[in-house]
Amino acid sequence: MIREYRTIQEIVSPLMVINNVEGVTYDELAELELPDGEVRQCKVLEVDGDSAVVQLFESAAGINLADSKVRFLGRPLELAVSGDMLGRVFSGMGKPIDGGPEVLAESHNDINGLPMNPAARDYPNEFIQTGISTIDGLNTLVRGQKLPIFSGSGLPHAQLAAQIARQAKVLGSETDNFAVVFAAIGITFEESEYFVQEFNRTGAIDRSVIFTNLADDPAVERIATPRMALTAAEYLAFEKDMHVLVILTDITNYAEALREVSAARKEVPGRRGYPGYLYTDLATMYERAGRRIGKDGSITMIPILTMPEDDKTHPIPDLTGYITEGQIILSRDLYRKSIMPPVDVLPSLSRLKDKGIGDGKTREDHADTMNQLFAAYSRGKDAKELMTILGESALTPDDILHAKFADEFEQRYVSQGYEDNRSIEETLSLGWELLSILPRGELKRIRSAYLEKYMPETDS
Amino acid sequence: MSGRIVKVAGPLVVADGLSDANIADVVRVGNQNLIGEILTMVGDSASIQVYEETSGLGPGASVITTGVPLSVELGPGLLEGIFDGIQRPLSEIRKMTGSTIARGVDVPALDKSIIWDFTATASVGDEVTGGNVIGTVDETTAVVHRIMIPPGISGVIDFIQSGSFTVEEIICKVKDSNGEVHDVSMMQKWPVRVGRPYNKKFTPSAPLSSGQRIIDTLFPLAKGGTAAVPGPFGSGKTVIQHQLAKWADVDIVVYIGCGERGNEMTDVLMEFPELSDPRTGEPLMKRTVLIANTSDMPVAAREASIYTGITIAEYFRDMGYDVAVIADSTSRWAEALREMSGRLEEMPGEEGYPAYLSSRLAQFYERAGTIEVLGGERIGSLTAIGAVSPPGGDIAEPVSQATMRIVKVFWGLDASLAYARHFPAINWLNSYTLYLDTLKPWFDGNFGTDFLVNRATTMSLLQEEAELQEIVRLVGVDSLSAPDRLTLETAKMIREDFLQQNAYVELDSYTSYEKQATLLSLILYYNDLCKDALSKGVEDVQQLFNIDARERIGRAKTVPPEQYEDEYHSIALEMESQIGAIVKGDDDL
Repeated sequence: MIREYRTIQEIVSPLMVINNVEGVTYDELAELELPDGEVRQCKVLEVDGDSAVVQLFESAAGINLADSKVRFLGRPLELAVSGDMLGRVFSGMGKPIDGGPEVLAESHNDINGLPMNPAARDYPNEFIQTGISTIDGLNTLVRGQKLPIFSGSGLPHAQLAAQIARQAKVLGSETDNFAVVFAAIGITFEESEYFVQEFNRTGAIDRSVIFTNLADDPAVERIATPRMALTAAEYLAFEKDMHVLVILTDITNYAEALREVSAARKEVPGRRGYPGYLYTDLATMYERAGRRIGKDGSITMIPILTMPEDDKTHPIPDLTGYITEGQIILSRDLYRKSIMPPVDVLPSLSRLKDKGIGDGKTREDHADTMNQLFAAYSRGKDAKELMTILGESALTPDDILHAKFADEFEQRYVSQGYEDNRSIEETLSLGWELLSILPRGELKRIRSAYLEKYMPETDS
Repeated sequence: MSGRIVKVAGPLVVADGLSDANIADVVRVGNQNLIGEILTMVGDSASIQVYEETSGLGPGASVITTGVPLSVELGPGLLEGIFDGIQRPLSEIRKMTGSTIARGVDVPALDKSIIWDFTATASVGDEVTGGNVIGTVDETTAVVHRIMIPPGISGVIDFIQSGSFTVEEIICKVKDSNGEVHDVSMMQKWPVRVGRPYNKKFTPSAPLSSGQRIIDTLFPLAKGGTAAVPGPFGSGKTVIQHQLAKWADVDIVVYIGCGERGNEMTDVLMEFPELSDPRTGEPLMKRTVLIANTSDMPVAAREASIYTGITIAEYFRDMGYDVAVIADSTSRWAEALREMSGRLEEMPGEEGYPAYLSSRLAQFYERAGTIEVLGGERIGSLTAIGAVSPPGGDIAEPVSQATMRIVKVFWGLDASLAYARHFPAINWLNSYTLYLDTLKPWFDGNFGTDFLVNRATTMSLLQEEAELQEIVRLVGVDSLSAPDRLTLETAKMIREDFLQQNAYVELDSYTSYEKQATLLSLILYYNDLCKDALSKGVEDVQQLFNIDARERIGRAKTVPPEQYEDEYHSIALEMESQIGAIVKGDDDL
């Protein structure tokens, strides 16, 4: 039975305390009805005896304590899911906002999902070709991976994410069962519109589900938005056998909304005022990516976050990096040098690359050349640094070659623009071409057999 | 008698009417029978941490105490298994609820329907006490499970039978001095928060060989010792933990995935059955027990998972085995502790962590050790290795600091090494081991005194390199003297040709102690030859660096184990002749 209460004790946005309640349970969804009939959603954060602490998903403006009613619905926040969601646009709370009809639900799913049994996971090992050398060659993405983009204000993360969404494909497989789920979390209209237009331009829009919570939408609604998107993605991946790419942008806004609620509850803050459970909270989102044994579909996740002050040790990128399977980091220095996409190769990482590359997936020499490129670029950058202090004469001949290699590497390997779609063969050959700058004795990380087989002839 | 919930706040539930319950009792909460544990009592009201998601619970729901503390079931059936933080078998849960973990699933930890072949080794009339072995079960092809008298029982065997039984059937009866008869089955229960008893503890005396060159040679860990691996994300903590789980020369590995990625557990589950133990040739999975509380699983069970894991490890230690317990990551465990502490509204200590953080950590690591088991029949060891995930990679934070005060070995991971793809990214300048003195007799006895001398030479070369690098950064490499340039070159060889080790290359993933010792002395021999050449008047040091044998040294680490002795010997001869030629050539001029 649904009871209505008019016993709102206090409202300190975004929290509300309701007294004299009965039968209320933790995490339950509730509706607040204003005198004029407007309904706002909220959920139970704590029940203590006969009083409940409830968090509003919308603004508290206009609520009158005496005249408003609260209904507890006896169920958690759910999303109506269906295959018809493809091609539709929803609000951050899962309501259609594209003028179309309500989705005819095939199922109502709890947006919090359930933890995935590690014994039921299938290890992601299918190579995804994104056509971007720094990703395919050095930080390989595989199906079912969660690989965030760590960006900074003013860096072109949207272009990179759109390029991945546009070009990503699994070699030798049909592409008719893919879908994109896009969640705009507190970003501006312009940035959100950029993605929508990109999806329109490439025709991907018919295979997309879009959730938008824009910068001027209620901040607390953002806590639900990524979970809405993931619930839709789980349905498409594991019920409809689709390969879903989820793009969540911007996680920083999400974490700030979480901090707002935590602060309102007067919880003991962790680092920089973020709640102590930020790690757990982010993990329950990110861990929903993956593959399951016995299911054909998969969820590959690309969360985007802007690092405040480009600081990788800020709690949001830091905790994200501990959960996700690597990270793509964008560099302001490279961006200033007009190197596009400005992927900072050395601190970027894909943890699952080793299972997705090699003979039968990409090519047998992939792992060795990858390690060699990393090592050589790292040494080249050190050499260049030394050169700026001491001049070229202070370097050994090998270091001078490494410095030259680092320049060429940035200009040719990293900088490819947003429209160039390179095949993995092209990426690997380019890597060999660059390595041929260096003396053979320095290429210790490549097996001799591959050196014989793949090293291009040089005329130096 | 059952209590009633009055408050629900996340994983913390407060219930009234539990006057007959004890602190630390396991309770069943709500009509879904969620599992919880009592943390504090005020009057008859208990604060309970619930090991499962609490959504849908509200005031009025019932809470029933089981009257026993959180315990694990110990017996045949543990190996090759994957359990959650409170020892529920995840593969059984998968059969019941599919790919996700639903709430309130009640599955016994050990499968009670499996029939095991028990062979009695004791006989009627034998006098036994807790810890004595009365028989064996061949649990897997790699491990013999020794069935022991549970602690606390002693007397004379009244009855014992070999044959095929489930873990619950009575296989033995012991009559104590009061004439009371105790039934013994193959399964025991033990509360996880209490260390299992033993006779006495020793100082560890043998190293734990891990096949990882930087660990075994530079910063060895003793069997029965404790180690911590702190590092920022992406520095390779998990790979090191996996490498230790794979190659450590122990009999049993308990791997605790505590608040980490689900795919990492899947990786172990899929890879370990395929890999074989270099000592027994059997699949590694057959000696492994996995405890998984991945980061999306309920946070309260994360706190318990560490204890569940170490109790299982202690049980195998009591059989006389060498056991390693690997916890990835203790920081997530500490965060779970912090979250519960916050919900209990305790006064926070540093960075919100509870004031008892360091004492809890110390209690955990102190359960490691080399011991004489109860009953005195055997010696067992338990080695504890914990990963630490410091925020931002900065170890000036409570969990890292509290851990460093306890552990004896510290393998500090370095992001800049990881960026240069120098793996394992253990920083040789700030890592340490305190076991060198206790292990000296072992090293001297097995490899001769050269081993530790070479180690000391290596460490000082690396230290000198760091100092010389400072100078190079200011004035360039040309200003260095020839011997200093040789030091830089040898240190570079040590870094690249010895310390770097690729976990994904078959021949490089594991290096035996003997091969490590020979490889290191080969590199140091090069250093000696060059030094000698310089003293004989060779002026162009670059000429010494460019000899052909150098490329062979660079590839020496991947020489197959059966060929390395011949190959290293031949490299040494080649070096001698090539350097000799340079010395002569100079003399000719």
